[in-house]
Amino acid sequence: MQVILLAIDMGPLWLTFKLASITTALLLVLGIPLAYWLAYSGSKLRFVVETLVSMPLVLPPTVIGFYLLLAFSPGSGLGLWMNQWLGIRLVFSFEGLVVGSIIYSLPFMVQPVRAGLVNLPENLMEASDLLGKSRFTTLRYVLLPNIKSSLLTATVLTFAHTVGEFGVVLMIGGSIPEVTKVASIAIYEEVESLNYAGANVYSAILFVITFLVLLILNLTNGGYFKGLWKW
Amino acid sequence: MVKAELSKRLQAMGGMMLLDVQLSIDKGSFVTLYGKSGAGKTSVLRMIAGLMKPDQGSIEVDGGQWVDTEKRINLKPQHRQAGFVFQDYALFPNMTVLQNLTYALAKGQSSEDIDPLLEMMELGDLRHSRPATLSGGQQQRVALARAIVPRPKLLLLDEPLSALDREIRQKLQGFIRLVHDEYQLTSIMVSHDLSEVLRLSDYTYVIESGKVIKEGPPRQILVKVDNADSVFDKIGEVISIEDNEVTVMIENQLRKLPSGQIKSGELKIGDQVWISPSLHDLTVRRLD
Repeated sequence: MQVILLAIDMGPLWLTFKLASITTALLLVLGIPLAYWLAYSGSKLRFVVETLVSMPLVLPPTVIGFYLLLAFSPGSGLGLWMNQWLGIRLVFSFEGLVVGSIIYSLPFMVQPVRAGLVNLPENLMEASDLLGKSRFTTLRYVLLPNIKSSLLTATVLTFAHTVGEFGVVLMIGGSIPEVTKVASIAIYEEVESLNYAGANVYSAILFVITFLVLLILNLTNGGYFKGLWKW
Repeated sequence: MVKAELSKRLQAMGGMMLLDVQLSIDKGSFVTLYGKSGAGKTSVLRMIAGLMKPDQGSIEVDGGQWVDTEKRINLKPQHRQAGFVFQDYALFPNMTVLQNLTYALAKGQSSEDIDPLLEMMELGDLRHSRPATLSGGQQQRVALARAIVPRPKLLLLDEPLSALDREIRQKLQGFIRLVHDEYQLTSIMVSHDLSEVLRLSDYTYVIESGKVIKEGPPRQILVKVDNADSVFDKIGEVISIEDNEVTVMIENQLRKLPSGQIKSGELKIGDQVWISPSLHDLTVRRLD
């Protein structure tokens, strides 16, 4: 096993966790305001946005990847604009993978947070409003601290889901070592070249890490660690 | 001084109901909105707080315009300076008692304002407890204290005691009246408990199906007062005790009993008593 471990390139695994970490961090910043808006807005537009957010749950990842590829390519308006004004190329680049992953994992961040907010008693926000607090203060000090388990679930699911993505990454990133070749693609390539042992190492590592992450999530939400630290 | 004219179509149990009320409340008075559930009392309170928007109407508090639908004025709850006590407390579960009160401080307000309130509400020993570990009565005392912290112009109470049992309720009625007097508040309380209305309020609006059907001092408009010369064998509640007279409420009627006739130990307000006739006078016994 040790020989095989040394023989395989750890780059794809490192890249996978880098991608998942950055995607999760950015989605926390983007997803919480979006979930808040979905939870409390009276706008009819909400239903359209909610549907769009949920689309990655049911669409084949290749469909998302295909449209992102069209949108990001220098031939499209968006791709051209990004390239000219921001100097960012989104096809076959790590930045592109991050954008793709954000869209792909969006429902995994937004839905648990939205559900957490909706399930809070309405009068917590009303009480805070009546104490003269701004909506941001209420979100920061009252709402978010009371949906910690939803936030943890959202963070872990987003991370794990990004680790597991394949179709979107393949469509918009290809398989450029150190840039876009994440573990799931490395596994695919190892199998294609009949190197089952290599594929097994990548797979086993992903399997164990994903299992542990979800196990810790479930234990935490089940109150197993209560008292061990102040959560 | 609070002046409110509010009109709103509400979805009620038996279909649409038009809520249409006028209130005129003196500064410093304790007013109750009394009536059955579904009459629209809570909606009136929520409109005053800014948690609900009237279809038409205006609210003026101490000369300031909070609502005027014609001029499209509708102050956000954040800007109304109204303290609100909810029926189910609405304490922030992630904060301790002290943190709940500290959070309520207005911008620039000194945290020294909190200690006297904790003492007054007998919460000093509980300051580091979380709401989930407190009893209903303790939680409601925290909620009351929290509403008072930023020194509101108006204290609004939405059936604050209806989830509590009798004994705790009486104790809390005392606390509510205490903060009302101590902080010179103008208070509006929604209640469907007659003895509570009689005990706490100076003025009552009786609301039925969205309209004010009666208003006035509660003892004048809510109860018939009889002298205690009819036959008694009833259970009642002590409403007030004066030098030579005890007022007891029996079946929504007030009875004045000359205290000389009462053969019983010490009575206090809120006591449940059983009144029975004896040869020349009455026997009033406390039920424990």
